[in-house]
Amino acid sequence: MTTDGTFAPAPGRAPMRAILRRQVRMELTLTARRGEAVVLAMGVPLLVLLGAGLTHATNVPGDRLGFVVPGVLALTVMSTAFTGQAITTGYERSYGVLKRLGASPLTRPGLLFAKTAAVLGLIVVQLIVLALVGVAVGWRPHLGELPSAVGVTVLAAAAYSGLALLLASVLKPETTTAAATLIYVMMLAAGGIMFAAPDLGTAGWFLLPLAAHAEALRDALTRDEPIPLPIWLSLAAWAAVCVTAAARKFRWE
Amino acid sequence: MTAIDVTGLRKTYRGHEAVRGIDLAVARGEVFALLGPNGAGKTTTVEILEGHRRRDGGEVRVLGDDPATGGRAWRARIGIVLQDTEDAADLTVREMVRHVAGLYPDPRPADEVIELVGLTEKSASRIRTLSGGQRRRVDVALGIVGRPELLFLDEPTTGFDPQARRQFWDLIRALAAEGVTILLTTHYLDEAEALADRLAVLVDGRIAAEGTPATLGGRAAAGAKVSWRENGSTRTEWPADPTDLIRKLVATDADLTSLTVTRPTLEDTYLTLIGAEK
Repeated sequence: MTTDGTFAPAPGRAPMRAILRRQVRMELTLTARRGEAVVLAMGVPLLVLLGAGLTHATNVPGDRLGFVVPGVLALTVMSTAFTGQAITTGYERSYGVLKRLGASPLTRPGLLFAKTAAVLGLIVVQLIVLALVGVAVGWRPHLGELPSAVGVTVLAAAAYSGLALLLASVLKPETTTAAATLIYVMMLAAGGIMFAAPDLGTAGWFLLPLAAHAEALRDALTRDEPIPLPIWLSLAAWAAVCVTAAARKFRWE
Repeated sequence: MTAIDVTGLRKTYRGHEAVRGIDLAVARGEVFALLGPNGAGKTTTVEILEGHRRRDGGEVRVLGDDPATGGRAWRARIGIVLQDTEDAADLTVREMVRHVAGLYPDPRPADEVIELVGLTEKSASRIRTLSGGQRRRVDVALGIVGRPELLFLDEPTTGFDPQARRQFWDLIRALAAEGVTILLTTHYLDEAEALADRLAVLVDGRIAAEGTPATLGGRAAAGAKVSWRENGSTRTEWPADPTDLIRKLVATDADLTSLTVTRPTLEDTYLTLIGAEK
């Protein structure tokens, strides 16, 4: 034990940027160590991409890869921003991790920022990898509408994150895991990712953000068309509602 | 300067008043214990002091700042050892301690802290593989790694075996000797007696008594407890004049082989205090 300088009257400040960087790196390390999370994050989308995209196992209209790959990209955003985040946050909340880190010099806003940055970073990496795999097996995207594609993706990610944090705050972690997984599976089945879903039209886009996002990416990347207004409205509405609800209901413990 | 200054603290949860006007002052370098039955408001009070919970009324100053508005610099000066954390992270002990150390401007070396809590053999083990008591020690390590001026300990030795508890007490005494102010909540009265310079008993959201372990609740002034066996059962008296009673017993030829004359323990005093208030 030191007898001098134990308490500096004005302790030197660890720059917030360094602290945030450490926390982001830690979030990514933890995700990488959770085997099931990695499977969810990369394995399932790859499987769907290759399975539905290359074989004729499912009923898909026209340009097979052009239909499936944007759908898989949308699915990945949902699995990371919603399912993975809901499960992780639920357990971290119940284990007191959120409480402890929020009470540390990281502070609560710092923790939220670091988690958001980690999730976004992860999504970006996954999308790039999956897009490259898609291109490698024959997908030919058009990049003219790329900004719109990014825009709807940001809205979708915000909506999913809000919903994830809401669930994690309101339910027990085991229930959150079950609910998040169930919603994921239901959306996957109905959302027109692996196969052509019944045409619900505009209503379908409002009910199923995953369907809306997938269709938006198809319009932008495969068909090189502007994304229809109803889809923008739907995703914007989902984002606004989910983020507001999360902000109101979020619990640190 | 006082480390903690509280006046008129109030907190209500959904119609239930958990804290009903508490005044508290903890001096720098003091070890202060907060006792009380479950539901008395101990954890709520401590969480308000830690800045984790908002209060509904009263003034609070912790290390000179209001915890409700305490920023990073304030948080770097306090350490918190939480109750009920079950961190099942896939990090090793050393990784976790190093990570939390990195959040502070002037942390202790991770290995030093791990040794202080007695987890050196487990430093490369993942936290999810540790026992409950070992995880508590990790919590303690995380609370002290930042070299806090003020340390909050919420029931820190719950689940510890006796040896671990003694080691923990030594650690707390060592920290106190360095000048760290310590606020401790505990159910273990021997722990309060061993560690605290001063203590307070919280009952139903109010402070029932405050003092040193020796003088709490008039303990020092209370007479002795005299007990002996009479006609097959044990009789206990708290006579105003113990000497007189003992003389009388001797005169009556009573069987005094099991005679005991004891000062009230802290536990007796405490139980009286919480019993009287209810």
